[in-house]
Amino acid sequence: MGYPHPSHPRETPILSKYFGDPEARTLAGWRARGGYEALEKALNTDPQELQTVVKDSGLRGRGGAGFPTGLKWSFMKPDGKTHYLCCNADESEPGTFKDREIMRWTPHGLVEGVALAAHAIYAQTAYIYIRGEFTEPYARVCAAVDEAYAAGILGPNAMGSGKHVDVHVHRGAGAYICGEETALMNSLEGRRGNPRIKPPFPAVAGLFGKPTTINNVETLTTVPYIIKNGAEWYKQYGRPDNPKSIGTKLFSVCGNISRPGNYEVALGFPFKDFLYDLCGGPLEGREIKAVIPGGSSVPILTREEAEGAIMDYEGFVASGTMLGSGGVIVFDDRQDMVRQIARLTRFYAHESCAQCTQCREGTAWITRIMERIRDGQGTAEDLDTLVAISEGMSGKTICVLSDSCATPVMSGLKKFRHEFEAKIAANTSMVTVPGAFRASAA
Amino acid sequence: MFVGDTRVELDRILSRYPTKQAVLLPALWMLQDARGWVSEGGIEEVAAVLEITPAYVKGVVSFYTMYHQHPVGRHFIQVCTTTPCNVCGAEDVVKSLLEHTGCGDLGLTSADGRFTVVEVECLGACGFATPIMINNDFVESVTPESVSRILSELK
Amino acid sequence: MAEVKMVSLTIEGRPVTVPDGMSILEAAKTAGVLIPHYCYHPGLPVAGVCRMCLVEVEKFPKLAPACATTVGEGQVVHVHSPKALEARKGVLEFLLINHPLDCPICDQAGECELQDYTFAEGRADSRYREPKRFNPAEDFGGDVLYVQNRCILCTRCVRFMSDVAHDPVLNVSERGDRAFIGKAEGHDLTNPWAGNVVDLCPVGALLSKDFLNRARAWELDRAPTVCTGCSQGCNAVAETRDNVVVRLKPRANDQVNQYYMCEVGRQGYREFNRRDRADQPLVRHGNTLTIAEWDEAVARAAESIAGRRLVVLASANLSNEALFLLERTIVAAGGAGVFRLERGEEAPLPGAPDLALREERAANATAARLLGFTETASIGSTLHDGDALWIVGDHLDGVDAADLDRASSIVFVGTTLPAALEARAAVVLPITNIVEEEGTLTNLRGRVQRYLQAKAAPGVARPTWYVLADLLAAVGGDGRFYLPAEVFAALASTHASFAGLDYEALGLRGLPMIDAGMPAGAPEVTA
Repeated sequence: MGYPHPSHPRETPILSKYFGDPEARTLAGWRARGGYEALEKALNTDPQELQTVVKDSGLRGRGGAGFPTGLKWSFMKPDGKTHYLCCNADESEPGTFKDREIMRWTPHGLVEGVALAAHAIYAQTAYIYIRGEFTEPYARVCAAVDEAYAAGILGPNAMGSGKHVDVHVHRGAGAYICGEETALMNSLEGRRGNPRIKPPFPAVAGLFGKPTTINNVETLTTVPYIIKNGAEWYKQYGRPDNPKSIGTKLFSVCGNISRPGNYEVALGFPFKDFLYDLCGGPLEGREIKAVIPGGSSVPILTREEAEGAIMDYEGFVASGTMLGSGGVIVFDDRQDMVRQIARLTRFYAHESCAQCTQCREGTAWITRIMERIRDGQGTAEDLDTLVAISEGMSGKTICVLSDSCATPVMSGLKKFRHEFEAKIAANTSMVTVPGAFRASAA
Repeated sequence: MFVGDTRVELDRILSRYPTKQAVLLPALWMLQDARGWVSEGGIEEVAAVLEITPAYVKGVVSFYTMYHQHPVGRHFIQVCTTTPCNVCGAEDVVKSLLEHTGCGDLGLTSADGRFTVVEVECLGACGFATPIMINNDFVESVTPESVSRILSELK
Repeated sequence: MAEVKMVSLTIEGRPVTVPDGMSILEAAKTAGVLIPHYCYHPGLPVAGVCRMCLVEVEKFPKLAPACATTVGEGQVVHVHSPKALEARKGVLEFLLINHPLDCPICDQAGECELQDYTFAEGRADSRYREPKRFNPAEDFGGDVLYVQNRCILCTRCVRFMSDVAHDPVLNVSERGDRAFIGKAEGHDLTNPWAGNVVDLCPVGALLSKDFLNRARAWELDRAPTVCTGCSQGCNAVAETRDNVVVRLKPRANDQVNQYYMCEVGRQGYREFNRRDRADQPLVRHGNTLTIAEWDEAVARAAESIAGRRLVVLASANLSNEALFLLERTIVAAGGAGVFRLERGEEAPLPGAPDLALREERAANATAARLLGFTETASIGSTLHDGDALWIVGDHLDGVDAADLDRASSIVFVGTTLPAALEARAAVVLPITNIVEEEGTLTNLRGRVQRYLQAKAAPGVARPTWYVLADLLAAVGGDGRFYLPAEVFAALASTHASFAGLDYEALGLRGLPMIDAGMPAGAPEVTA
């Protein structure tokens, strides 16, 4: 199948195999497609062994950071303490909408993965935190959870295994930062979604102060396939020369592109083929100018850079950017990069939780300068200031929202400086910004 | 607010968490669903039932953009204008919505009380630019031209 | 108790050894290195949000917040390295972009950490060219005014109210640069401990309405004192301008009040500025009190007890020294000592160990009891017809004037002559109030604490201990004293409760009585 387009022959549809297939949404439909076999097997397997299989598979977190999933799980020991599993379904990185489709089309796939992971980390309780705007995914996942409870898949004797697995769905209420794992936990605890200082790490003191594992929707939905088919099976996906990036990955594609939507490819796929072949390239008569390949927080690529990139963790790093969440944003030659970067900084300024000084003040300051340049009121001095603020905002705060705001500015200034300069050169206004008076008086 | 069936529902949710405070977001959703917005009075009720202070609740309410701190129109319309949608013309969709709803400006409610239009940051449906949310429902791939038809289907 | 593991590290080139688990920020203090910070406060949970205390730790990939990073064996920490300095400069610039540069009219000026660190390390100019954010000031209720424009969102106030006062009436509202400190409608900062948020605020965002525009911080003279609002004995600083006390602020003492002081104590300063003070010795001639020389007045007072039983009505706010001298006087003359005690509702500060606004609203009832004074509700029950009555420090509030008529003679030793005594007192001896003298007080846990003089006495009023020492001599009692330290030494050598204590050794944070014989309270806090 595939959604919103039929799967392209060069895709590797595992997670997306049933996108667009409404029958897969129901418990009966999911079971008919082999669903819950992996969970049944897992519930009767020692958690340690599950951790090992996932570790061997090479699966890395699909939320953005790319941390090895099995390694993360292995921090959870049978220590007799209360453990929690959190599923991060707060997908809010601009350009990313893959978890949304997983939850809309295969909610049981997610519930299965969540229940499996809970068992694997010695947890009885799992929470799926879904962003508030995802009303349909929320309803689908809630329905799947209800069905699973009714069928005895969840509950005190999950699938007759004697294991207790509870899965609860928790709805967010509009805050990008809650996608950051510690902010998500705070939000789940009924607090402001402020990221926490690490250490302590969630595996030591996470949700409600208890050892907690937090995984992304895509990651958790992948796990049952690995448990069912084995680590070796999973390892076939990826380029042979890069054992660090294994498996398939959902990429969301949006912006100025012929066929926006989700595409699942084996890691290591050539980005040029992806953009032009799978996604149909730019709109008619246009050319691609820039691409952000991994959600708005990663550096912007020029068309040339994008066309040379390889779609995996290391491949994108080699091109000077990151795989991130897999949200591909395409800008064509009509786009004003200053305007679009200004819009991105405004996003971060809006979403800053207000804790760290550099982020609270920096995101807003940078946005004011960007919007002033956008509106033809920029000065040459502004470009140096932008660089200085960006540096002052990077690597100094509790979480990386601050860095994420600086990233498009830094990479934009590096790669599209001429667009900034053209706007500034066109500033013919007599009255400039207040500080300019002092500058001219000096 | 939290009496009868609502109280039963709240208790059911409370049983899922080790703390009462964890039920703050769900309780605020219940409040907003019932009343249309989160008033100071509503905050007092939520605070009382969860044994936390109104100031604490208010700090949380104001953190999350989906809780309405003021009354809004019957059809609360959120338009995504973040970069991925912006490059696809989301700002024109906003203009068209403002024009057709008679709201005047973002955040204002139309004179007939039917509409409030706000810009939101990324709705997570970037491949379906421009998505808008009308109360709890998504409408995907909205264009300036499709706005009047969408609005005409609303009561 | 388990042995505490010690960790050795180097901070700014200085080797330090501190207990495991300590933050780099606290460890640096032990090395005499102040790491600039705003959100960190030793009495509050760590927030790590201002990012001012970023330091360079060798082998760390990024700068580390010193407040939230624990020491590690062998760590090498650089506080003033170019990288750390640059980061702090950055934080200061960010904090200042929207901060109104209204220091000339800001109460905090002169004691503002934003001002101080900017002066020390900040940029000479700002690169900010945009309009500044503006928000109106808000009355938070109680004594607190919130000037949002100056707020740096360090959240000390929020954490104090939630984690120390256990009364979370403050919050952080909204997000990003729209964020501010908020409260709920109808829930004001009326908590008896709320005034501490003003002290905790490192900038001029939270201000005392009472102190507003009263003085510039640099005009104030400061002296350590002890609050007399209740029996807790909170350590305080009396701040004066032109010989007028303008405010009382808490002085840190782990054993008594941590960093805090309650609203009752803070407001107590007004009493010290009364204008209706007795400032000359007076003796009665017929129907009028007339000004007399000190010697004459003291002699008249001493004569008043000849052949009579002496009843001393002492204030429970008198110093240990004053009470001791009175005790000796009573021994010499024969009679009894009593004190009256105002009581109020106890108001604990739950997040601080054994700290409360106590029920007993006087500073030294403990010593009064130890020195043989008994509490009385009504003076009439102690006073027999024909007794000589000395009223020392008590203002007779609520006393039935008719009760006084049993006394055949009344001597008033005090600061303000009560109306009931205008026609009844035979002698008036003007004394200093607590901020005009030095001495010691004993709190409810038996901690003996010194206070120093903060302002000059009016007229020819004399220190209480001095007047009472003269009276003791005049009635032929035991001992001649010329310094408060001598009085204290005599007290310590004759009373088991005070044994082993030395006036100088008490320092400015006091010492516990060795055998206090106190009602069981919290044990000594080990810092």
